[in-house]
Amino acid sequence: MTRIFIPRETTAGSLGAELLVKAIETEAKYRNLDVEIVRNGSRGACWLEPLVEVETAKGRVGYGPVTSEDVADLFDNDFLNGGKHANSLGNVEELDWFKNQQRLTFARCGIIESTNVAEYKSLGGFVGLKNALATDQDGIIQEVLDSGLRGRGGAAFPTGIKWRTVADCEADQKYIVCNADEGDSGTFSDRLIMEGDPLSLVEGMTIAGLAVGATEGYIYLRSEYPLTRIILEDAIANAETAGYLGKDIQGSGKDFTLEVFMGAGAYICGEETSLLESLEGKRGQIRFKPPLPAIEGLYGKPTVVNNVISLASVPVILEKGGKHYAEYGQGRSLGTMPFQLGGNIKKGGLVEVGFGLTLRQLIENFGEGTATGKPVRAIQVGGPLGAYFPESLMDTPLDYEEFAKAGGMLGHGGVVVFDDSVNMAKQARFSMEFCSVESCGKCTPCRIGSVRGMEVIDRIVAAESAEERESEHIVLKDLCDTMESASLCAMGGLTPIPVMSAVKHFPADFNL
Amino acid sequence: MQQLAGQITYQDWDLEKARELASEFADRTGGVMIALHKIQETFGYVDDTAMAMLGKVFNLSRAEVHGVTSFYHDFRRHKPGKYTVKVCQAEACQAMGSYQLTEKIKSFLGTDFHGTSEDGNFSLEAVYCLGNCACSPNIMIDQQTYGRVTIEGFKALADSLVKEAV
Repeated sequence: MTRIFIPRETTAGSLGAELLVKAIETEAKYRNLDVEIVRNGSRGACWLEPLVEVETAKGRVGYGPVTSEDVADLFDNDFLNGGKHANSLGNVEELDWFKNQQRLTFARCGIIESTNVAEYKSLGGFVGLKNALATDQDGIIQEVLDSGLRGRGGAAFPTGIKWRTVADCEADQKYIVCNADEGDSGTFSDRLIMEGDPLSLVEGMTIAGLAVGATEGYIYLRSEYPLTRIILEDAIANAETAGYLGKDIQGSGKDFTLEVFMGAGAYICGEETSLLESLEGKRGQIRFKPPLPAIEGLYGKPTVVNNVISLASVPVILEKGGKHYAEYGQGRSLGTMPFQLGGNIKKGGLVEVGFGLTLRQLIENFGEGTATGKPVRAIQVGGPLGAYFPESLMDTPLDYEEFAKAGGMLGHGGVVVFDDSVNMAKQARFSMEFCSVESCGKCTPCRIGSVRGMEVIDRIVAAESAEERESEHIVLKDLCDTMESASLCAMGGLTPIPVMSAVKHFPADFNL
Repeated sequence: MQQLAGQITYQDWDLEKARELASEFADRTGGVMIALHKIQETFGYVDDTAMAMLGKVFNLSRAEVHGVTSFYHDFRRHKPGKYTVKVCQAEACQAMGSYQLTEKIKSFLGTDFHGTSEDGNFSLEAVYCLGNCACSPNIMIDQQTYGRVTIEGFKALADSLVKEAV
C-alpha cells in the first residue's frame, strides 16, 4: 500500500485537486496498484498546488503542480516509487522556499492528515494542552506573556494581557471567541491553518478556556470558506471522541465545548464588537468601546476574542515554552508571523518567518517577483486598510513598529503585489468604495465620508486646472483627517491609510 | 467524509417547512442567523413571509428580523438562478486583472451584479476576497472556489454546468 498525499484544501481544490483524486484512484485501480490517498492540508506553497506527495522508501517525494491530465504520465514514470517526471520536486522540505522559513505555528500544516488526532499527536500535538492541564491559570498566562505573542489579527495587542483581564473578571460564564472572519484581501493564513491543521486551533482555544476559566468557545467563520467549515467540524468531532474537548477533558474535571458559527458575508464582522453582535444573531454593527469585550463581551460576559493565528500559536508556546517562541523575531515583535504573498506574484503562498525580514526579501527571495514578469510598482501590506508602499520602501523590515514608522501597518500579514500597470488613483478610489460597501453604518465619518471620498477622488482626477485639483486635494486631506479621528472603529479610521499613502507615494496617478 | 455540495437544487418556497427548519435553532446562540442560512440553503432565498415567522420563533419584532436579513450580503430576498457565480473584486484579484474578467463575465452572462442570466442558469454577485489570493483572479460557483480564472476557462465551466443541470 503506497500512501499518496493530496490536499483537501481550498487552493488545491480551486485548481482541480478533487478531479485529481478521482483520476489517481481510477488509474491505480485500472493498473491494479494498491494506493491509499491521504487528505492533508496545503503546505502553503500555493504556486505548487495541487501538490502531490508520495511516501516512498526514499522519503516523501513531491510532484507539482499536477493536474488530472498528468496522471497516466505519472504512473508511467513510476511516481509511486519516486520516479522522475517533469513535475518532480524531490523532497519538498528541501526546496529553498520551505528551508528558509521558520515554521512554528504551521509546523504540522500540510504534513499530517488534517483532522487525524493520532497524526496530530505524533508531531507534538496536545503536548501544550497536557502542560496547561498540569499548571494553573497563572502558569498558562505567564507562558503566553513570556512568548511576547501579540494579536495576529492586525491590532497586535498582547494576547497574555487580554487573557489576564478576562481571567481576573468574576462571572458565572466566560467565553472564548475565535475571529475567523478573515476578510482582508491578500490574507489566507487563517484558512490554511484551519484546513491544514485545525486541531491546533481546537487545542489553542481549549488552552485559552483553561487560562481564563471559560467553558464555551465559538469559531466565527466567514461564509466564503465552506470547505473550511466541513474540515473544522470534522476536527472538533474527532477531538471530542478522543477526549480533548467536551466534558472532563483528559480526566481533568475541566470542560470546554466548541462550535463553528457561520458569518454571512459582512467584512465589518471581522471587527470584534461587530462580530459579537453578529454571533448574538443581530446586525453586525459595532459597539462603543469601552466596555472592552474582555470585560463585557458575548451576552455581556467576559470574552476573549482572538484571531485564528494567535490561538493556533498557543499550543507550540505551551509545548516548547514562551521563551522558546520569543527567541524568534526582534524588538517588540516577537515570535514568528505567517506572511501571505498574493496578488501579482510568481511564487505566492504562506511564508512563516520570525519578524525582521524585509519586505524586499519576502517578495524577491520567496515570491521571485511578479507573475506577469513586469516590475513591482506598489505593494499593499495589511489588507484593504493597509498602506500602499512604493518600490523605494521595500527595505522596510517586517516588524510592527518599523512598519508603523514607515506609515504602514503589518495587520494580518497579507502582502499584495501590483505590477507597473496599476493605476493608484483607481486603487485609492476602491479603498473608499470598499469602505462605503462594507461600512456598518453606525458612525457618520465612515458611512458618509467614504461616499464623499469617492467623489473627491473622481474630481481630483478629472480636475481641469492645477488650482481646482489642489483645492480638491485639500478637501480629501481634510476628509481623511475627519474619518481617521472621528470614526468609531478601524474601518472608517484606517481607510485613509491606503488612500493617503497612494496620494503621497504616487502623486502622478492623481495628476498631482 | 462530507464533501462540498454539488449542484444545489432549491425547493419551492414553503413557509411551514421554513418554520420547521428555523424552530430547530430557537435556543441556539445567534439562532436567527443559523436559521436564515438554513432557509436560504433549502429554498435559495428568504421569502418576505419569513420575516414575521422568524420573529415569532425567535421572539423578535418583524423589523428586527428584517434588519438582520438586510444587513448581510449573503441573504437574498428573491429566488436566484440555478447557479450563483461570485466574482472577487478585492485588491489581490484586481492585481491580476479581475476587473477585466468581471466585464467579460458580465457580457457573457448578459447580466450585471445582483442579476440573473436570461436563461435562469446563473446569478451574478460580487464578493470581496475568497482567501485564495496567491492564485488570482478567483471566482466561486455555489460553494466551489476556482483559481486563476480566464474568460475561456469560465465559458467552458459554465457550459459544462449547464449540461450537468439539464
